[in-house]
Amino acid sequence: MEVTEKSGFYVYSDVELDKNEGIQIEALKTASQNSIPDPDRWLDEETQRNILLTSLDAILNWARRSSLWPVVCFPACCAFELIATAASRFDISRFGMEVIRASPRQADVMITAGTLTWKMAPNVRRIYEQMAEPKWVIAMGACAISGGTFAQSYSVVPGYNRIIPVDVYIPGCPPRPEALLHGIRMLHNKIAKQSIKQEAGK
Amino acid sequence: MVLKAEPFVVNLGPVHPSTHGVFRLRATLDGEVVVNIEPVIGYLHRGIEKLAEGRTYTQNIPFTDRLDYLASMSNNLAYCLAVEKLAGITVPERGDYLRVIMAELQRLASHLIAVGAFLNDCGAFMTPILYMLREREKILDHFEMVSGQRLTYAYMRIGGVSQDIPEEFLPALGKFVAGMPGYIDEYDGLIKENEIFLARTKGVGILPKDLAINISASGPVLRASGVKWDIRKADPYSVYDRFEFDIPTGTAGDCYDRYRVRVEEMRQSVRILQQAMAQIPKGKVRTEIPLTFRPPVGEAYGHVEAPKGELGFYLVSDGSIAPYRFHCRAPSLINLTALRDMMIGWKVADAIIIFGSIDICMGEVDR
Amino acid sequence: MTVALSGKEIAARLAKQFPGSIIEATGNTILVKADSLPEVAAFLKNAPDLSFDYLVSLTAVDYWDYFEVVYRLTSIPRNHSLVLKVRCQGRANLHLPSVTGLWRGADFQEREVYDLFGIAFDGHPNMKRIFMWEGFQGHPLRRDYL
Ligand code: SF4
Repeated sequence: MEVTEKSGFYVYSDVELDKNEGIQIEALKTASQNSIPDPDRWLDEETQRNILLTSLDAILNWARRSSLWPVVCFPACCAFELIATAASRFDISRFGMEVIRASPRQADVMITAGTLTWKMAPNVRRIYEQMAEPKWVIAMGACAISGGTFAQSYSVVPGYNRIIPVDVYIPGCPPRPEALLHGIRMLHNKIAKQSIKQEAGK
Repeated sequence: MVLKAEPFVVNLGPVHPSTHGVFRLRATLDGEVVVNIEPVIGYLHRGIEKLAEGRTYTQNIPFTDRLDYLASMSNNLAYCLAVEKLAGITVPERGDYLRVIMAELQRLASHLIAVGAFLNDCGAFMTPILYMLREREKILDHFEMVSGQRLTYAYMRIGGVSQDIPEEFLPALGKFVAGMPGYIDEYDGLIKENEIFLARTKGVGILPKDLAINISASGPVLRASGVKWDIRKADPYSVYDRFEFDIPTGTAGDCYDRYRVRVEEMRQSVRILQQAMAQIPKGKVRTEIPLTFRPPVGEAYGHVEAPKGELGFYLVSDGSIAPYRFHCRAPSLINLTALRDMMIGWKVADAIIIFGSIDICMGEVDR
Repeated sequence: MTVALSGKEIAARLAKQFPGSIIEATGNTILVKADSLPEVAAFLKNAPDLSFDYLVSLTAVDYWDYFEVVYRLTSIPRNHSLVLKVRCQGRANLHLPSVTGLWRGADFQEREVYDLFGIAFDGHPNMKRIFMWEGFQGHPLRRDYL
């Protein structure tokens, strides 16, 4: 690039670059004389207006994680942090989760909010088994992870993972609503990585 | 022609939206009418009384939080009073005032949930309880300010409270206390003369006065039956004898009276809070106790008027660092004794309301 | 203020009424023989100047040689209180008379003591485990249960 001085002004000029740009523009122009054909042109007109194409995994995972309905499983103290999360200040419905179902058949995720005792364990197990696939479990609170303060007790199950598989663990006694929301986001990320191919093979 | 139906057994719970936790009700129905019920409990029995025998007196405070998790402060208070009685510890005046402030705030929070859940059971689904959770969040903010926790505070210590309140606490509390009567009026105005609410709660689930005393009911359940018995007046603890407040009582002992008593109690709590805020002195908040704290051999029973009733701790000491026996007199469990008498003869839908009007907390029922 | 009645005075009255029923009296407490528990309890409830109509709590303590069952009584009209204790010797096959006939509030609490300590209350309408499941081995609140 050369800089020439013309009557007190410095003029920056690079003819090479300008030429290159010109060539690109010309090339695109000659290449784009015809419109690009619609990738869906093999579909008939009626179908074209009604179908969106994407990868099956992406759409399934998006649908699954955007409306995770929790099932009622509120044995102890953590339940009140879950209820506070569902209430207006923290508003769990931002994640499409405000429909807390009493029936396991309609639920996708079990948020295990509280201490599990051996007397209660068969019931929780049965609720989990009645939930339709795909299903996930969030272990909320120290009790759900390991028994927490009551780990040595004669009647407490040391962790929900003794009876059901757990996807996300949220520590705290009780975890704050923010922590629960963080756990829910983690579950979302986990769901986003799933593939139906894996599911079929599992 | 009379159609006779075979009685059949319906199982409500332990996981059921209307049973407030893991309570199970085995109800025998004749058509829609309840002919017999059997409460089945123990689904949250965590063995706190046994675990407490292996921890020091101070380490047991967090366990008391987890008994009635809707009223952790009241549980802390009852336990600390029992230990102080056992060891003859006095609490500085400011500590006592802080305890009263926290206990009354906790009563407000607990009654808000009790009333909200009760209305939920009555069919006013979700709307009232969401409003009441809004106020509860404000109370939790205050607790968070003093203890850093939202649910299990462990704020009270043997000999006082764990730390003094921050500067912003009293102004914030003043603002809350000034607004609260308006909120109570708002809810009460919506509910108390609602035709459907009256039809479903008046005269339903009557607990007569004699029976209420005989089954050792306490708290709003006892007072709704017309017994003027409140530990804060009958056996004043902490500094409750310095405040002026009334004991609201009902007359009929039905679900409606239990609702009314709770609402009136919330107003009285606001009154106590106003007086406590005006009177609170400066000074220390805690009497220091040694780390390895050994109370003398003996036994003590400390009790308070918790939101759900008389909450007492019976401690036996053998002179070691851990209690020899740690017993909790749980109001929720004992209030359930008359459930059968109150429910029989009513329809299933009424049975749910009757159960909701007692206001139990499973953590305390099962311990 | 709830008045804690003197155990000695009441024990003297009871000793006159039911000779041999009282073992000792200290402070606010009287220790009663297990056999005479029903009469003593009925007297305490029905005597007009005592009228202990409210059973605050009922629990037990394990002292290795014996179990002590503690009844905490209060009178609502008179606002006074008294503690009644009964001892149960030995560790197996323990029995005590039930007080559910006098105070129905003892219902769940006696079942709780039965469940966690293994003391059966005769005359209780529904004596079975309350917290633990049927078939659970042992009584968890005993000192020798680990
Ligand atoms: S983790 Fe803590 S708050 Fe949650 S159920 Fe267990 S004891 Fe209660």
